Amino acid sequence: MRSDLANDIVKLTGEHLLLVVSALAVAVLLGVPLGIALTRHPGARRWLLGFANIMQTIPSLALFGFLIPIPFIGGIGKRTVIVALVLYALLPILRNTFVGIMNVDAAVCESAVAMGMTDGQLLRQVQIPLAAQTIMVGIRVATVTTIGTATIAAAIGGGGLGVFIFRGVASVDTAQILAGAVPAALLALAADGGLGWIERKLSPS
Amino acid sequence: MSVVEFRDVSYEIGGRAILAGVSFAVEAGETLVLLGRSGSGKTTALKMTNGMLRPTRGQVFIDGRASSDWDPIRLKRHIGYVIQEVGLFPHFTVADNVGLVPKLENWERPRIVKRVDELLDAVGLPPVQFRLRYPRQLSGGQRQRVGVARALAADPALLLFDEPFGAVDPVTRTELQQQFLALRRDFRKTSIFVTHDVREALRLGSRIALLANGRVDLIAEPHVFRQAQTDEARAFLKVLED
Repeated sequence: MRSDLANDIVKLTGEHLLLVVSALAVAVLLGVPLGIALTRHPGARRWLLGFANIMQTIPSLALFGFLIPIPFIGGIGKRTVIVALVLYALLPILRNTFVGIMNVDAAVCESAVAMGMTDGQLLRQVQIPLAAQTIMVGIRVATVTTIGTATIAAAIGGGGLGVFIFRGVASVDTAQILAGAVPAALLALAADGGLGWIERKLSPS
Repeated sequence: MSVVEFRDVSYEIGGRAILAGVSFAVEAGETLVLLGRSGSGKTTALKMTNGMLRPTRGQVFIDGRASSDWDPIRLKRHIGYVIQEVGLFPHFTVADNVGLVPKLENWERPRIVKRVDELLDAVGLPPVQFRLRYPRQLSGGQRQRVGVARALAADPALLLFDEPFGAVDPVTRTELQQQFLALRRDFRKTSIFVTHDVREALRLGSRIALLANGRVDLIAEPHVFRQAQTDEARAFLKVLED
């Protein structure tokens, strides 16, 4: 019995991590380039940041509900969960990338242009390195909230540590709830600590 | 042929004229000081020289070629620029800051190292001591010296200075001015130097162009400028009496 629970915890923690890591990978691959694009195209700012803002205001269970009937990305299971988690993780990453780059000292950017840097060189050699710390803060915030939000995945058959929590709530079994909540909290703390460490490493000398 | 020539250059932004019909020429080896109050258009004129701004009317010629005919990146790398707040890259060492343009120009590594050391020596910062420091580990005056070394790095024929010594204490400022004169003697560069400080203008300029409200009020050598009778020139010279 004990070892069954231990096995389940390991298996569901693994599932949970897979959901979080896949969602974040997509969110970073979308959010960072989009954030950079926003610094170059002022016209797109309002609607793209607005879209990401609105996504954050939709309650997570409702967002799953909206996504289920949508063809290709919807349905029951992991794919829908990952799409929803990506939509949540997008805002902090997108916004911090944008804000980080816009906040790079104007005198530094101006001198880079005056030295004859191309826009690509300005971005790669100056703006991204100097904004790296702010971008990492966005990724860390997105990671910690995604670990929490992913517990709701179990509601639509996505698996993960939420399975324990929903089971425990249904059967009024505190031990089951804790079997889901404690590993999720530990994951969040570990991610926060680990990414915080990387963040400090990235601080511009 | 003049190194720089402004021909009837105007610049308007949002219906407001920053420069209105400005003409002047800068000859090889001289330092033309653009003197004027804040908002007189002197920094705008400077930024037009290396193509960071484009005239709305008129043309700027660099080495006899209209700035609009230059490749914008080539033009900027052809001209050294020392900006007001220095604008050193905080994440680059002193050596990497100074070697920036040579690196963009794909110089070989040993040649860059040699050039950087040479320039740090020239601006009075011993390379062994300063090469690997970061800008935040330098005083304001030292940062300014690095900024000058960076502008000289790719051996440009023309240097632009945008109030480079405005943010340092008076003693350091005098030292930097003396160094500017020494560098001019050693490197024989043509320069345009923007300032609102009439003392600095008289000390450093081969000629002074006084700008007022986006127009050239007068252009004169320093000893002539001291006797100038226009209202704006008298207003600036009055500062010397106090």
